[in-house]
Parts: sequence; structure tokens; C-alpha cells
Amino acid sequence: MSKGSPISPSLMAAKSAGAPKAPEKVDRPADAVVDTAATPSPVLGPNNVVPPTVMTGSEAIVRSLEELGVDDIFGLPGGAILPTYDPLMASKMNHVLVRHEQGAGHAAQGYAMVTGRVGVCIATSGPGATNLVTAIMDAHMDSVPLVAITGQVSASVIGTDAFQEADIVGITMPITKHSFLVTDPNDIPHVMAEAFYLASTGRPGPVLVDIAKNAQQGTMTFSWPPKIDLPGYRPVVRGHNKQVREAARLIAAANKPVLYVGGGVVKAHASAELRELAELTGAPVVTTLMARGAFPDSHPQHVGMPGMHGTVSAVTALQQSDLLITLGARFDDRVTGVLSTFAPHAKIIHADIDPAEISKNRTADVPIVGSVKEIIPELSEAVRTAFELSGTPDLGGWWAFLNNLRDTYPLGWTEPDDGLSAPQRVIERIGALTGPEGIYVAGVGQHQMWAAQFIKYERPHAWLNSGGAGTMGYAVPAAMGAKVGEPDRVVWAIDGDGCFQMTNQELATCAINKIPIKVAIINNSSLGMVRQWQTLFYEGRYSNTDLNTGHDTVRIPDFVKLADAYGCAAFRCERDEDIDATIQKALEINDRPVVIDFVVSPNSMVWPMVPSGVSNDQIQVARNMTPEWEEED
Amino acid sequence: MSRHTLSVLVEDKPGVLTRVASLFARRAFNINSLAVGPTEVSGISRMTVVVDADGDLIEQVTKQLNKLINVIKIVELTSESSVQRDHILVKVRADAATRLQVTQAADLFRASVVDVSTDSVVIEATGTPEKLAALLSVLEPFGIREIVQSGTLAVGRGSRSMSDRALRSA
Repeated sequence: MSKGSPISPSLMAAKSAGAPKAPEKVDRPADAVVDTAATPSPVLGPNNVVPPTVMTGSEAIVRSLEELGVDDIFGLPGGAILPTYDPLMASKMNHVLVRHEQGAGHAAQGYAMVTGRVGVCIATSGPGATNLVTAIMDAHMDSVPLVAITGQVSASVIGTDAFQEADIVGITMPITKHSFLVTDPNDIPHVMAEAFYLASTGRPGPVLVDIAKNAQQGTMTFSWPPKIDLPGYRPVVRGHNKQVREAARLIAAANKPVLYVGGGVVKAHASAELRELAELTGAPVVTTLMARGAFPDSHPQHVGMPGMHGTVSAVTALQQSDLLITLGARFDDRVTGVLSTFAPHAKIIHADIDPAEISKNRTADVPIVGSVKEIIPELSEAVRTAFELSGTPDLGGWWAFLNNLRDTYPLGWTEPDDGLSAPQRVIERIGALTGPEGIYVAGVGQHQMWAAQFIKYERPHAWLNSGGAGTMGYAVPAAMGAKVGEPDRVVWAIDGDGCFQMTNQELATCAINKIPIKVAIINNSSLGMVRQWQTLFYEGRYSNTDLNTGHDTVRIPDFVKLADAYGCAAFRCERDEDIDATIQKALEINDRPVVIDFVVSPNSMVWPMVPSGVSNDQIQVARNMTPEWEEED
Repeated sequence: MSRHTLSVLVEDKPGVLTRVASLFARRAFNINSLAVGPTEVSGISRMTVVVDADGDLIEQVTKQLNKLINVIKIVELTSESSVQRDHILVKVRADAATRLQVTQAADLFRASVVDVSTDSVVIEATGTPEKLAALLSVLEPFGIREIVQSGTLAVGRGSRSMSDRALRSA
């Protein structure tokens, strides 16, 4: 299977070079006549023209993927997808054979997160498909452009409880942006093009394409590009002018504005636009867990990450603000705490590409539906006009208040009393020695929060984690996908000993396919975040959180031996004085994956913390220690 | 909670009813009734969904429904600007002694008798939920054997066509 050559070179010339990256503009007036010369095609890829050619459905799947500009696929074959794996063998697309389908899903997510392109994973029917469910749900929660292709039993036996039959379309209905069941091979090209279009435009998300075996085996007539027919899908990209002007008016009148920046800014590739707006307004910026790196940590206007484990300055900035300029964020409960007490004095500007996010949790005073990529520059322009009219607001008092908080309550940690290394130090050193050009992928739990806190993010797409879903086991496969997408960058999986044991089988995939990721296991011998809650809220009754992997335990498994068995370079680091040298050693190895077992204290806790069920005003900087608020005006 | 009637144009594709129903279940929205059928445009179906929800929630219901790819257009129909009808079939006990009373009651509600047997009749009626409730309360003393009821159907008053406008802009 080779890529079709274009019939007319002029047709190619009309298209922009390179595969279009998500999110693509689709701002087409609803009733406009489609002018192909001016409107970018909704079909992703170079839009090569392929004249009608007879082939099998399987060949059509592979050919469609090629025409859509796909380079890398993560998957694992099985009975119902077998026909498609045959032509795939001849394709120049790179298929990475994973060891578990969940790994394929997370790898495709990691790939999508660093490249901005659609991640693709393939699995067979039944259990193969259900193993993708966690990754699909994760992609849905974090708006990751993902296309999952699954084999399905032949149409004639669908509904008979056939071998490896599962209603995967039904199972994934609430966790996909959309899904297709294909039983006719002639539907394959347009369904594939529609799936990629849906996954990558508007609010990105996962799309499932379930293809019955008979559709793979049957013959069809392939031509390209196909016609996309989605009458119910018209994402709004441009913000409403009047709303943008109203937002600018509020910004000009605000004394305590905050730019509340979410993952949408990363997805929209709008960091440069954000920086312009931030510097124009002079307002403090908070970056949520999903937006770390959307605005440089080193920028003086960055006041930190908000939320349950955010900095005092970021959490308080939101609480005390009189205007939240919300950009691609969704007022998640981990950010707001008890919603009724969140930012009680603030008016809300809410810009989001998904209208359903606006006023879902917090009512917006100024809703702006559209892509932040389009909205932010227009807002900057409107703010400039508003400032010319009414003067630039004086934020001196606001900054004095926030700077005082920043100085008084910086992020930090206390040394553990058991003589073991502080996990925060390990993570901080990994970030410092690797630098901002690296990519950092976390699992879920304490190490994730520390990685969000203690690594300095200076650019978007450098920080990957499972934010909305909180999927333990995300790190290793997502790091693998990230490394495939960005092979020239150093990719660290910052993982926990619990998380690592959920998906470490993909080390085999990494070793065999020469995907040299680096894994730092922050080994505190326990399900650390759960243990922290048990310490704080269950009188230290450690019910089922001890994993016996760390200091003074049986160390099952021995992570060094395990990594060695998987063909990885493996080290153990148990002392503070070895941390830097061990990280350096790992950074020097690039021919195979590296796994470091950092044995750390189980007693370290993530601070600050807003305990669940209380107002963000109750933020604690350490156990039972709430900041003094006399600085408040 | 207040009652809202949503008219939803959808693509007539497999699974679309499941998607709508699944969305209501997933988001813990409350469906009072749901009726679905083809429209004058081939390939397009129309659902009438009656939802119990307060102001903010009905907005969220509409927005979430709009996110479904197969949903083309949603219009909320108010009782003033639309005609809303339920359809009901009632099997009522009616022997030679009571049959006349039962059929007279049906006549008063402009309902019709569509099946007769020695000891029962089936009455068909169309109307607002209030009218049908009144009919049932009149029939109730005779002995109701079975009730089957459609979801509410609703259409906007005046000459404008929802599907016409929706498809022109699609």
C-alpha cells in the first residue's frame, strides 16, 4: 500500500504543506457554498485525489489512514481485526505492537498530546476493545484527539453472543465524542475521514470506529477524498464580537483580575496569544493541572497552579479575585473546591470551544464560545481599545498582596523524619537536570502532584498527565507514545510504584521498538495519595495501601530486576547524594529505556492541600496549618 | 421543577435513540416522555422530549444534546407557541349494562371506540395530558383494564417549519 499520487500537481499546491494539525479551523458560515479553493478541506491529510479503485475493506482502512496523513499507530491484533493487519504489514506507516491494548490507547494519547495530531490505536473485538475503554475514557475527560479502531464480529452474527463479541459502541457511548459501527466496506473511507475530523476539531476527543469483520473482508470501490456528511456538527471557532468587547470592558474595570488558564489553551496552541494578553493586561496567571506550561513558570506574572494541591498564591488569587478571565478551563471540582464558596467576589468571563462547559458549574457573566486561538487575540485587541479609552487599570495593590503570598508561602517540602529521600527532591532534580525542553509524563497520585509542582514548565506540550480521569498506569505507555511523536526529546515517565505496576509491560514494547523513554519510579512503597488521605482523615489506619516495594520491605517486585528482564537499563537510588549522578547516568543512555527505582520516604505528603469538601479559603500549607489572612484588605 | 418540551431533529442513523437516552441517563437528567418518528425529510427523524428540569439544567440538557453529532437542531416549544398532544388507548370494562355510558363518556371527550368485545371496549383519545387525565378519571369507575400512552408530540404554531430551517442551514 503506497500513498496515492495526486492527479494534478496544482491540486496539491493549493493545500498547505504538511499534515494539518489539530485543532483545525472549521469556521464555515453555515449556509455558504463550499468553495474548495478557499475553504480548508475537512478531510485531514494532504487530500490526494485517488480515482476509484477496487480493493478490500481492510485495504481501504489502511489506505484511508495513509491518506489521512497518519504515520504511527499503536495496536495489538486479534481475530476480528486480523484482515486489516495483513495490508498493514505492507504499509509504510509505523505500527507499534503493544503488550496490552490499554497501552495502545494511552500511547496514542501521549502521541496526540505532544504532536497535536490525532493519536490512533487499534484493537480486536471483545476484550481487545474493552481493554481500550480506560484510555478512551481518559481521552474523553482530557479532550485528547484519539481515533480507536476496533474489529467487530461479522454483521451476520452481531447480536448472537458470538466469540469475542462485545457491543463496544454501546459500551463507549458515554465516553466518546462519537462512534461508528461499520458493516458495509463502502462506508470505510468517509467514516474514517469523519472520525479524524471529529476527533481533531472543536473540542477534541476520542472517536471509536468499530468495523465488522465482513466489512474488512468484503470488496469496495475506494476513492479519495471522501465526502464528509455531518449535518449536526458545526463547531463555533470565532468568538462573538459583542461578548469579546464586553469582556474587555470588564477587564478594564477590574482591580483584581486573574487569567484562569486551562488545558484548552494547550490544545489550541494558543500560548503565544495568551502571553500577549497576559502582558497587555498585567494580570496574574494561574495554570491548571492540564495547562502547566501553557504560560512559562518563570514569567513574573505566573502565580502558580490552582486547585486542591495548588500554590497558596494561585488558590488565593482566584478566591480574592474580582474577575476571572477563564480560557479553556472548566471549573473542575479539583480547582474550585466547594463550588458555592469558590471565587465569591469574582465576575466570570468564560471562553471555551464547548458551549456546554460554559455555565455548567459556575455561571458566566460573559460567555464566549469559540477557540481560544481566535478569541484571545481578539480579546487583546479589544482590551487595547478599552485601555486607550478608560486607562490601564492599576493592579499595584493586587500584585503587592499576591507577591507577599508568593514570598510567604512558596512551594517547598519538609525533610522526611525516617532518613529516606524526599520524593519532591528527586522530582525537582529530574526537572532541573533535564530542563524545559524535556517531556514529563506522570501517573496519578502524589508523584503526579509533585511533578506538577516541582518541575518548571516553560513550554506547552511538555507536561502530560491524566487529569480528569485520574488513570493510574497512564505514565509508561503515554511516555512511550510521546517519545514516538517527539523522538528527539528526552521523555521522562515520572511514575509511582503503584502506577508502574499497572502498565509496565510496555517496557517490552519500548525496548524492542527502540523507544528509549526514561522511567523514574518514585517508590514510596505504597499507594501514596490514598495513604496520605488515610493519614489525614482515617487516623492513620493504612487499609490496603502498603505495596511492599520500598525500603525495609520484601521488595516485590524488585524493580531493577524487572526492568533488567525487560531489556532496560536499570538503577536503584536510595540516598540523596546519588540522586544527581543517577539522573545524569539515565540522561546519557539513549539506546534503550532506562528505569530508576528511586526509593523514597512513604511519609512525605503533598502540600498545600485543600481538604475535600471545604472551601478553598481553608487551604493548608502543612498539616492543620492554614495561612494567616491578615494581609487581606 | 418545571416541564419543558424539546423538539429535536436527528439524523436517522442506528443508535441515535440510544445516544439520546444514554445521555439523559449519564447526566442524570429526567425524561418525562420521549416520542420519535420520521419526518417529511428522508433520513431525518424528529424526537419530542419532555424534560423535568429547572432553568440552568434545561440549558445544560440542550447544550449536551447539541453535542451529540447526530443531533441537528433543538427547539424548545412552549405551550403557548405550539400544539402539544398525547395519544392514548384505554381498555375499559363495558358490558351490555354499562357500554352506553362508557361510549357517551368517550364522545364527550371526542374520543373514539376502536374495539368492542362482550365485556370491554378500547377507547382511543388524543389531547393534552390534562384532557387525557380527565378522560381517565371519568372512565375509572367502570374499571380500566389497560392503558397505553404515547409520548407527547409537539409542533410549533404558524407556517414555519423547523426541519426546513434546520436543513437549509446545515
